[in-house]
Amino acid sequence: MEGQIGDLEVEKHVQYILSVEKRKDNFESVVMEHLRMNGAYWGLTTLDLLGKLDMVDEDEIISWVMECQHESGGFGGNVGHDPHILYTLSAVQVLALFDKLNVLDIDKVSNYIAGLQNEDGSFSGDMWGEIDTRFSYIAICSLSLLQRLDKINVEKAVNYIVSCKNLDGGFGCTPGAESHAGQIFCCVSALALTGSLHHVDKDLLGWWLCERQVKSGALNGRPEKLPDVCYSWWVLSSLIMIDRAHWIDKEKLIKFILDCQDKENGGISDRPDDAVDVFHTYFGVAGLAHLEYPGLKAVDPAYALPVDVVNRIFFSR
Amino acid sequence: MEWKEEGEERPLSQRPEWSDVTPVPQDDGPNPVVPIAYKDDFTETMDYFRAVYFADERSLRSLHVTAEAIHMNAGNYTVWHFRRLILGALNADLHEELNFIKKVANGNPKNYQIWHHRRWVAEKLGSDATSKELDFTKKILSLDAKNYHAWSHRQWVLQELGGWEDELDYCKQLLEDDIFNNSAWNQRYFVITKSPFLGGLEAMRESEVNYTVGAIIAKPENESPWRYLRGLYKDDAQSWVNDPQVSSVCLTVLSAKRNTVFALSTLLDLLCHGFQPSQDFINAVDALKTPDLDQSDSNLATAVCSVLGHMDPMRVNYWAWRKNKLPAQTA
Repeated sequence: MEGQIGDLEVEKHVQYILSVEKRKDNFESVVMEHLRMNGAYWGLTTLDLLGKLDMVDEDEIISWVMECQHESGGFGGNVGHDPHILYTLSAVQVLALFDKLNVLDIDKVSNYIAGLQNEDGSFSGDMWGEIDTRFSYIAICSLSLLQRLDKINVEKAVNYIVSCKNLDGGFGCTPGAESHAGQIFCCVSALALTGSLHHVDKDLLGWWLCERQVKSGALNGRPEKLPDVCYSWWVLSSLIMIDRAHWIDKEKLIKFILDCQDKENGGISDRPDDAVDVFHTYFGVAGLAHLEYPGLKAVDPAYALPVDVVNRIFFSR
Repeated sequence: MEWKEEGEERPLSQRPEWSDVTPVPQDDGPNPVVPIAYKDDFTETMDYFRAVYFADERSLRSLHVTAEAIHMNAGNYTVWHFRRLILGALNADLHEELNFIKKVANGNPKNYQIWHHRRWVAEKLGSDATSKELDFTKKILSLDAKNYHAWSHRQWVLQELGGWEDELDYCKQLLEDDIFNNSAWNQRYFVITKSPFLGGLEAMRESEVNYTVGAIIAKPENESPWRYLRGLYKDDAQSWVNDPQVSSVCLTVLSAKRNTVFALSTLLDLLCHGFQPSQDFINAVDALKTPDLDQSDSNLATAVCSVLGHMDPMRVNYWAWRKNKLPAQTA
């Protein structure tokens, strides 16, 4: 079938996400326990993009999410786990999917996040002090969704991100660190959400980003590295936010993502014929949404949520 | 599993030192969205972990159970947190802890929790840890020379604890192993700009240009040295345009007619910054044109864009955009 774009196995992917993984020797499940909050976000957002969020029990999910919240206001990866900024964003995003941000004590969550900002404007992941521009994005994204950005020093936060900008136009995890598509997504999103995109050299970064596309049409995260479906999200979202998405070959990328599906059992993997997981399933589907694959909801490149969910937060007063 | 100590083969429920503890099962809720299935011994270890965690028991046996839990699942950040609390309470030997982390990292070199824990320990040990940290990251990088966590840790060690003396040599060695290693090129830039032993970017510029030109000639399709070359001039684009070595390496690569994409894009950038090309450049680009291209492009920059659109079809929209954006007076 020369030249025909393949099929997205929607039903199979839905079933994959909903499926109960009963096999006792499934080690993938075991290592997911402490980050189930992330897993819930990846799975549920995928279902929403596919128009199937109604297939889950909303009340059960929300009550489980709230069980993961601590005294401090932060959320853990699962019940009984310590709070961390990573899971706090996922919790906020999951609640946003169900239009249930109102179950939160917004100030309590916001204060937890704001309390993680450091003197130099950077953010720690939790009380143990790991610093990374990923956490800058997470703080800004969650506070923006909660409409409490005023609780942090935005100028300092922006300055810290800008200090992580490299000569190739990209961004790393800390000042001087190598440009990496995942970190670039975080920095560009954070700048977008704070009205600070003028700090980005869009032409230079756009070129670096479109150079991530390799012969197969797939995207990698750094020069001379292997491609991975998840970069369909990190690279593409970044390109969209700087208005340069047309610099990649979209058809070839769509074909690559579709080739990464497990067409029998559902789910999407990092590259063709590898094992699938929820993480890559989300990023593959979200990437296809960015590429305007038919039948998918539009997804916001900065908030990483369906556009209608974002609109509902900001436009429904 | 070679990490188990002698006498620890028995399950926790059968060890006398654990007989007073009631294990606590994981509360997954009635119908989990992301349901988890467990291996039996993992379940047991985690049940005992939860028991001491909820009781806040910061003892030696707690330390051991965190080690077992970590070996089974190094991503469980709550276990690492509690381990730090225990290490503090026991006033543990942190050099021993570095050895423990080393063992765990061998199987999990890309795990965030391990690297953060390593940093936490190194911070407490201070400059006592410098050579160990440089050795440790070197070891990890010998297995995967682009490990992002290892590089991040190494940069932190250099800036906080020192040890810059051999770093440029180390970058050189890595690039000899793999001239395409973008992480090593990034580290090279980090060293020449920040090392207290080297005098800074401008002082290093000439020798670095020589080095980079050599790397480009060896592998002109290598993205990193082209970007590095531009980076050596940072905000001083005029000096970059005026350096004869820069334009000359473009000409050399173009004349060889192989792997010319980055040479062409660099020439394009030079032209956009006012570079005045000699006839040699015009001839070299002419020689790369295919019959279907417009042979009468009087403007070299336009011709370069056309050739690039043909040679690098994946990015045809980018090259078309560059062509559209060309300033009127470009040669």
